Amino acid sequence: MSSFSGFSRTEKTLVGYLPAGFPTVDGAVRTLTAMAESGCGALEIGLPYTDPVMDGPAIQTAATKALENGTRTEDVLRTVERVAAATGVPIFVMTYWNPIEQYGIDRFAQRLSDAGGAGCVLPDLPVQHSLPWREVADKHDLAGVFVAAPSSTDKRVAEIARASTGFVYAASTMGVTGMRSEVSGQDLVARIRAATELPVFVGLGVSNGRQAAEVASFADGVIVGSAIVRRMLDAPDVDTGIAEIRTLCAELADGTRRLVGSP
Amino acid sequence: MFFHPAVGDGTGAFGRFGGQYVPEALVAAIDELAVAYDKARGDEDFATELNTLLADYAGRPTPLTEVPRFAESVGARVFLKREDLNHTGSHKLNNALGQALLAKRMGKPRVIAETGAGQHGVATATACALLGIDCTVYMGKLDTERQALNVARMRILGAEVVSVPTGSGTLKDAINEAFRDWVANVDSTHYLFGTAAGPHPFPTIVRDLQRVIGVEAREQIQRRTGQLPDAVLACVGGGSNAIGAFHPFLDDDTRLIGCEAAGDGVETGRHAATFAEGRVGVLHGSRSYFLQDDDGQTIETHSISAGLDYAGVGPEHSYLKDIGRAEYVPVTDAEAMDAMRLLARTEGIIPAIESSHALAGAVKLGACLGDVVLINLSGRGDKDMDTAAKYFELVGE
Repeated sequence: MSSFSGFSRTEKTLVGYLPAGFPTVDGAVRTLTAMAESGCGALEIGLPYTDPVMDGPAIQTAATKALENGTRTEDVLRTVERVAAATGVPIFVMTYWNPIEQYGIDRFAQRLSDAGGAGCVLPDLPVQHSLPWREVADKHDLAGVFVAAPSSTDKRVAEIARASTGFVYAASTMGVTGMRSEVSGQDLVARIRAATELPVFVGLGVSNGRQAAEVASFADGVIVGSAIVRRMLDAPDVDTGIAEIRTLCAELADGTRRLVGSP
Repeated sequence: MFFHPAVGDGTGAFGRFGGQYVPEALVAAIDELAVAYDKARGDEDFATELNTLLADYAGRPTPLTEVPRFAESVGARVFLKREDLNHTGSHKLNNALGQALLAKRMGKPRVIAETGAGQHGVATATACALLGIDCTVYMGKLDTERQALNVARMRILGAEVVSVPTGSGTLKDAINEAFRDWVANVDSTHYLFGTAAGPHPFPTIVRDLQRVIGVEAREQIQRRTGQLPDAVLACVGGGSNAIGAFHPFLDDDTRLIGCEAAGDGVETGRHAATFAEGRVGVLHGSRSYFLQDDDGQTIETHSISAGLDYAGVGPEHSYLKDIGRAEYVPVTDAEAMDAMRLLARTEGIIPAIESSHALAGAVKLGACLGDVVLINLSGRGDKDMDTAAKYFELVGE
């Protein structure tokens, strides 16, 4: 059962993402554990999917590797269980919708809850199709995080905020996951805040401490995926990758908790 | 005169199929498109502009050809709806012209498209050249190799062709990459979707723009035979030519038969026969039947025809199958290639390998189809000569 009771809006949260099964099932468990140890206050565990339309090259490559390794939905849930037991931080499964539906929506929610997961981030489930998820999520005390985009109208921002639990995911930019030289999202965060008391976390594009600090100056949390995945992709072996990711997460956590302008 | 939008409820739901399963970043764009199309479909200026292009540029109406020598292998009178004689060599231009006009009305200076066999890419590049729109076409790497001629056609028409190496390097991967481009460039860009699948409003727009096939054929065949056809056959990948051919016959007492690609055979696992082995799920924006494993991961498909090599099918076909109004039969690579050669040798028409699946379906089902059979010949086979040359060993001594 999840012990997640919501994020603080006074403390900033760094959320780190890694697909389950990448570079291997065990390697992902070790990496995710290291991420929590080096400053991630929450984790997103990706469910590798064959058709990740919202992901850029780094996460696509990682997801493909995970699938080639034979990673199944069951492995993702076991990864959640192991990492939750090892770290105690809130854990969200980031997944495209079809794998949940094929596993069985209720069965998936039950297993995720049993594994100690906090909820799901659902990047291709728009709010108008989200009722089946929200019903079972309520039953199993899981959060459902929906994404708001810069192109979302105020009316949709309000619907997304109403449908979300845990936090609202603000996409900093129009585009897929991946590192960017400039990160924005301030306007969207302000629009979401006008609609909800929930914490607002910003994702897409953040890759270093400076950007994390910028984003944390207007958001409650910073989500980093591609930059972490890229460290592992570029590493000669898993241990080196984990060491690199520890350094990166420490830098990102430092940025997230430092106010822009302060030393 | 050629634009015959169907009356719909505008929700994009076909029974339990369809919907808008897209990232939030695209919701504004598909909503904008739905509103723009809703306005255009009732607008006389839009209809006039499109009808003029379809007549004077595309060459509509396309002929209906009776093929008695081919028909000996079927055991019925067989008529071909000659979409292969549409400009660019397939039915795809019907949709591309309509959506390119729509893009202009929406003030989008750039169009992107996915393509499998390259026919939709060529049609889109053509419409964009005609209307002065920037065009980028995404094509799976495997497809750029087996349809190299169409890559050259798109490029001479001024389109940028992007080869997509990810996944299986086929149509579904091209669609993924086009969606990624669209998410990032949605303000300036219209995604000119090529088949009657994807999120609402695409299945409706593409169906409406392809209905001309069935509307024309229905009138032509009645004039010729004094009756409605007993059966209409069309190949089905995503299903745009089939839905265009079937839709005007929905209220008639005519069998509607979609022929899907069975590759090496459904039993081998190397195929793209979505209805034979697929389950209901969500892919590329809509709920429909898909070839997927137990975990909901898309299965890699195989077909000798790039245009049918797709793990999904449009939501309206799923609906027609569920209510029993249309039937779907698997046709193997070998059956399709035999039918391709048969039509070439009996009638002097070289069909696309995609369309050859529909021809093979008619040969396979034979006389049980009835007295008068209509087959939609969705495209011509020039683009497939490399594949056919290898398959039949046509080149060399």
